[in-house]
Amino acid sequence: MRVRLCAVATCSAMAIAAFGTTGATAETLTIATVNNGDMIRMQKLAGAFTEKNPDITLEWVTLEENVLRQRVTTDIATKGGQYDIMTIGTYEVPIWAAQDWLVPLDFDADYDVDDLLPAIRAGLSIDGALYAAPFYGESSFVMYRKDLFDEAGLEMPEAPTWDFIGEAARKITDKGNEIYGICLRGKAGWGENMAFLTAMANSFGARWFDMDWNPQFDQPQWKEALQFYIDLMKDAGPPGASSNGFNENLALFQTGKCGMWIDATVAASFVSNPDESKVADKVGFALAPDNGLGKRGNWLWAWSLAVPAGSQKTDAAKKFIAWATSKEYSELVAEKEGWANVPPGTRTSLYANPAYQEAAPFADLTLKSIQAADPTHPTVDDVPYVGVQFVAIPEFQGIGTAVGQQFSAALAGQTTVDQALAGAQALTAREMQKAGYPK
Amino acid sequence: MARSIPTRTRLGFTLVGWLVGLLIFFPILWTVLTSFKSEGTAIATPPQFLFFQWTAENYAEVNSRSDYFKHFMNSVVISVGSTLLGLLIAIPAAWAMAFAPTKRTKDVLLWMLSTKMLPAVGVLVPIYLLFRDTGLLDTRIGLTAVLTMSNLPIIVWMLYTYFREIPGDILEAARMDGASLAKEIVYVLTPMAVPGIASTLLLNIILAWNEAFWTLNLTAAKAAPLTAFIASYSSPEGLFWAKLSAASTLAIAPILVLGWFSQRQLVRGLTFGAVK
Repeated sequence: MRVRLCAVATCSAMAIAAFGTTGATAETLTIATVNNGDMIRMQKLAGAFTEKNPDITLEWVTLEENVLRQRVTTDIATKGGQYDIMTIGTYEVPIWAAQDWLVPLDFDADYDVDDLLPAIRAGLSIDGALYAAPFYGESSFVMYRKDLFDEAGLEMPEAPTWDFIGEAARKITDKGNEIYGICLRGKAGWGENMAFLTAMANSFGARWFDMDWNPQFDQPQWKEALQFYIDLMKDAGPPGASSNGFNENLALFQTGKCGMWIDATVAASFVSNPDESKVADKVGFALAPDNGLGKRGNWLWAWSLAVPAGSQKTDAAKKFIAWATSKEYSELVAEKEGWANVPPGTRTSLYANPAYQEAAPFADLTLKSIQAADPTHPTVDDVPYVGVQFVAIPEFQGIGTAVGQQFSAALAGQTTVDQALAGAQALTAREMQKAGYPK
Repeated sequence: MARSIPTRTRLGFTLVGWLVGLLIFFPILWTVLTSFKSEGTAIATPPQFLFFQWTAENYAEVNSRSDYFKHFMNSVVISVGSTLLGLLIAIPAAWAMAFAPTKRTKDVLLWMLSTKMLPAVGVLVPIYLLFRDTGLLDTRIGLTAVLTMSNLPIIVWMLYTYFREIPGDILEAARMDGASLAKEIVYVLTPMAVPGIASTLLLNIILAWNEAFWTLNLTAAKAAPLTAFIASYSSPEGLFWAKLSAASTLAIAPILVLGWFSQRQLVRGLTFGAVK
């Protein structure tokens, strides 16, 4: 009996030793990513990286945006150390970097960090140090039906004003035939209607807070912006717009029910894909509207790769990030899947590439939209925060969603614009007071 | 004497029964149908019911993108493991409450149930920290333990209700014949309560299979079950309803088949003691 026990113990020890040795030679990186097309493509092509780096293996955790955000936030806040690379957005980077939760990224000269688009780089840096490398960037713009514009005798300028958009939307609307002049987000949420409305309000000169962190919903600019939005949606929007988000509007546009849609630039590839969209050959694009105040109503977002401070494999993680966000990776995607599939919105050199310009007809407008957004000076007056369609403070997710509910209720006709703004002002002031912001 | 029910009434009730059944089943049927459509057909208005071009490309895409079998095995181990572990603890507990009650038994039962009243997210951070410090994050053992704990109140309550229907005299007779406590529970009580235990087992496997808070928050790459598999196909920016439906169908199929085969047992257990 004792002999058998000894044998089992020896075998176990040998097995553990062998297992330990294997573990020491290969380093496994656990990567948490969002499940959009560009990220899934990266997962497919990552073999090219592991071939060159046989000592590194990759494990993927692919999730939808909201679940991913909840999971990586829990992990990083508790220093759980489950992930070596996290995919995060421009909202998280400034907050997490200020908490020392992220490892600053320094790349060698080959990476050409100066090639990153300045607006995107600014959103991902604190005091000049880059804390996340942009994998793909997006803004928002106008998508419109060229055929409906022609029928109505309208011509969309490359840089329209809100007045023109309002006029055109009302002219195109034909509710009897289920054609609605404009589809805009109405579903409550900080990343839903508030992303659109905050960016739109910037172009009306409105801001979330003054330089002393006092909420500004009682100012005339907010009233003007919200009143314009609600009047426009009442006259030219689809029914039940207060529950429409990106996907609902995408379905409406693809089935030919919207004359215009202002939303993320990533939607351009969906609405112009003939396999999914009935109106693929009739879509035109234009910059997000302005109000003559020098700011356009478009946002800025970049899905970026960052290394959490809890990771034990910082060097390998940085190596992977440098590869996935490099020019070399763009060329690899172009070679395997064509230039149209290269992740957009991160590098200046991509937009200077004639092959890319030819493959992606909306490339020029995407670049102009991204360049028009400035996360450090998002609106007309100065603000104490970073972020175009959000305010990069931890409290914003809660406050933004609560304000979004007020505005969504006004859109549904349950409250007036004045009541919604008063409600937004009161709740924001209360939450900010509790968090100790106003000076 | 049994009252005869007129044929017309009976027909009416049958019809209503079928309608309610179809209404409840319709979302599942629609998910399965959508999984065989192309993305374009999935969002078509008016919706297309049966006459569309059927395609299995969504299943091929889902299988090429993710490792279904790995997620499936994690789901099996976690749901069956947590239910068996739960039963092991709950059978003696329910026995004590049903056959040796004290004046505080009712309070204890209510207190156990009250633990289900706290939203899970309220204890996420403490549990996460405990898991981090004990190395249980992203492990099947950790998830089995947490699901056992979260379902234990329901298991104890269900078993307690079934055990109460069993006459205490039978157990007493076994004791008089010299059976020890363990033998009394294993050889006398358990066989008599099989329908109840079986339905508790099945219901808890279903609950654990569908649990999507802890299984999403405490796992990463290794122990992620089918809930994480589905979460990788829903998308707030992009209409991938057909692929999401294919992933959902693959995730619910095993539990649907299990439920189908054990429905007799399940119904018997759930109505156990309803008619005396």
